[in-house]
Amino acid sequence: MFDDIGNLVHGFAVVLQPQNLLLMVVGIVLGVIVGVLPGLGGANGVAILLPLTFSMSPTSAIIMLSCIYWGALFGGAITSILFNIPGEPWSVATTFDGYPMAQQGRAGEALTAAFTSSFVGALFAVIMITLVAPLVASFALRFGPAEIFSVYFLAFCSFVGLSKEPPFKTVASMMIGFALGAVGLDQMTGQLRLTFGSETLIGGFDFLIAVIGLFGIGEILLTMEEGLSFRGKAAKINLKIVIQTWKELPRYWMLSLRSCLIGCWMGISPAGATPASFMSYGIAKRISKRGHNFGKGEIEGVIAPETAAHAAGTAALLPMLALGVPGSPTAAVLLGGLLIWGLQPGPLLFVEQTEFVWGLIASMYMGNIVGLIVVLTCVPLFAAILRIPFSVIAPIILVLCAIGAYTVHNNTFDVVMMLVFGVVGYFMKKANYPLAPLVLAIVLGDKAEVSLRQALLGSQGNLGVFFSNGLVATVMTLGLIALFWPIIQGGWTRLRSGKSGLRPAA
Amino acid sequence: MPATSKILRFGAACLGGALAFSAAPAAAWEPTHPIEIIVPAGTGGGADQMARTMQGIITKHALSKQPVVVINKAGGAGGEGFLDVKNSKGNDHKLIITLSNLFTTPLATGIPFSWKDMTPVTMMALDEFVLWVNAEKPYKTAKDYIDAIKAAPDNTFKMGGTGSKQEDQIITVALQKATGKKMIYIPQAGGGAVAVQLVGNHVDSTVNNPIEAVAHWRAGKLNPLCVFDSQKLDYKDKIAGDKSWNDIPTCKSAGLDVEYLMLRGFFMPPGVSKDAVAYYVDMFKKVRETPEWKKLMSDGAFNTTFMVGDEYAKWVADAEKLHEGLMKEAGFLAAKSN
Repeated sequence: MFDDIGNLVHGFAVVLQPQNLLLMVVGIVLGVIVGVLPGLGGANGVAILLPLTFSMSPTSAIIMLSCIYWGALFGGAITSILFNIPGEPWSVATTFDGYPMAQQGRAGEALTAAFTSSFVGALFAVIMITLVAPLVASFALRFGPAEIFSVYFLAFCSFVGLSKEPPFKTVASMMIGFALGAVGLDQMTGQLRLTFGSETLIGGFDFLIAVIGLFGIGEILLTMEEGLSFRGKAAKINLKIVIQTWKELPRYWMLSLRSCLIGCWMGISPAGATPASFMSYGIAKRISKRGHNFGKGEIEGVIAPETAAHAAGTAALLPMLALGVPGSPTAAVLLGGLLIWGLQPGPLLFVEQTEFVWGLIASMYMGNIVGLIVVLTCVPLFAAILRIPFSVIAPIILVLCAIGAYTVHNNTFDVVMMLVFGVVGYFMKKANYPLAPLVLAIVLGDKAEVSLRQALLGSQGNLGVFFSNGLVATVMTLGLIALFWPIIQGGWTRLRSGKSGLRPAA
Repeated sequence: MPATSKILRFGAACLGGALAFSAAPAAAWEPTHPIEIIVPAGTGGGADQMARTMQGIITKHALSKQPVVVINKAGGAGGEGFLDVKNSKGNDHKLIITLSNLFTTPLATGIPFSWKDMTPVTMMALDEFVLWVNAEKPYKTAKDYIDAIKAAPDNTFKMGGTGSKQEDQIITVALQKATGKKMIYIPQAGGGAVAVQLVGNHVDSTVNNPIEAVAHWRAGKLNPLCVFDSQKLDYKDKIAGDKSWNDIPTCKSAGLDVEYLMLRGFFMPPGVSKDAVAYYVDMFKKVRETPEWKKLMSDGAFNTTFMVGDEYAKWVADAEKLHEGLMKEAGFLAAKSN
């Protein structure tokens, strides 16, 4: 333990060299740019910039690459809040309240809350990595298919039943999502599903294409219909807004702590940042006193998903280092980098490459601090983007969306798909069908299905596998409670109020 | 695949002369814009690691005047990547690195693609497969494990592997044939995840490539039982305690007559110029001489056979026949109706 602290101090000494600090700033700025461009994403950004780092020492290289990673994490929130276009999958939940805030002229506040929450989440996860890395790594090993399915199950359950739209519309939207998620090659059997003999469909529908279309293009169509006006014009653009928002934030410490814990757990288990953000948002909405206000521009609705996503994104690096299994696509590319520098991730990395590991951990602390400073000073600048007339900014957003959609698989068909999704998103909004369940189903449906089938394959079809040990049984029970929460709550209220009618509310 | 292995070694031996010729006209053609390497698999897997290492080597040693870009096209078990190359006729700046899905994906899914739709460039190496068990389990040798499988009823033992109807499951089917008992095959998305499922005791064994499991072996979590090759691995450096790759017996010597090697090689789109192919062959030869490449080879205990031209094409043709036979036997071929 004391050795570790000594190593960490040494790590800081390495990181604080002027050259490394400079690399950090460069990395953060590149990362923010990558995060802002929808579809480009952290994984692609790191992959593209990886070759730049081959001439550096491994420690300098990992500092720069992990700073690109932090920058992308920060940057994903910017387009979500300003334009309702999630730059990264885990930013989807940030749009639910971030975008309404921007429309009300509170973009600066929303951005500050998002950046600060990201920082808090990441910092919490880094501290956890510093203190309990070996313990956490062995916890991750307990997650077999059944356990991983239970985590996805909980993510779904804590999110369904949240929207104000009729349950039927929510279910319909989610089912469309599941159907879209099923298209392409089935990992379990190697069979093609729902491709109708088309070569372009064998890769399935990528979640990012759907999101860019549904949210980004759909939003532009809606705005056009409403007369080409941007409602965020009144955004205040000075740094005072940062200080004012900061004064507000400590009130939400309980929310932050809960989101940090959800994030760390999901990052390690390795379900990842996206379910973490959805789950955290869903639980916050249930528990918060202002839950009825979620979706209309509630700051808590920005803090919850951002904190959890970044705690998860950071915690995801731990299984990568300790077990060689990346918890996120970006971590997977970083893993490739490690191998190129001749570092073999695994349980022995912490023993054999102490300088590298603690340099990386020190750079996590420093990278986040530097990142926070960089993005916060730019808040007024970002918020000012909203002052550009819509007729100028809309074509730019369209082009960025198209580039983003193309970059995902370097495929022009995806750009067409994005436009189709845009029209679908427009009509769904017009008809009051919620988009979030569809997105959740596309992004997690496939993975949940795979782990469900892996688990049942292993147990030879016995459903008891989902209650076969304390861990999986607890998570499944939590999921069931979350699923039936409205009924439980309704029944409880009726009992308390002494009315008859014990029939549970539907 | 004993016959194929022999051909492969013979090929490597008589190829030295041919290479000297192909290297000469290399200066005639130079890339004029960035070179794309398509990886028909996800990030972090064996093919991806190799492509990205090569990208690093080419950049670091300035082996090309143009940058190299690695692009993952993993959709449809790699079908997306293969179709992209097939449809890029005459593109001298596109290469694809292959794994066994070169054969298994078209056979299992029926997508309209065959390796014959591409131009073979080089075989860079062959990847080995090793039978791994958790170190906490009492199996010290492959024989212990096989005996345990034989003694238990069908579907008692779980084998983890990458993907479905691909190399790991093909080996599993071969194993079932050798033991006469059915195993439960549980597919995962990537080799790293497969190894971790074994460390966590969620499956009983895996057939991970050396590089995917070596970190856990060194940490004392996993034990290698045997290697699915006709001879032992040629790396004698101590890896885990006093054991080296060379200490792992062949599966055949343990009474398990199963052999399987996986191609790590390059192809180009159809209709590319001969000069371009010669240029890449020459560049890859230089890559093979670098210390970084040698380190990758020894880290992953690769079989370092190198082949080009007709010899390589012949090897691929034989390997395709072998896969078709194995997959037909296992019932993995796509239905012909659609």
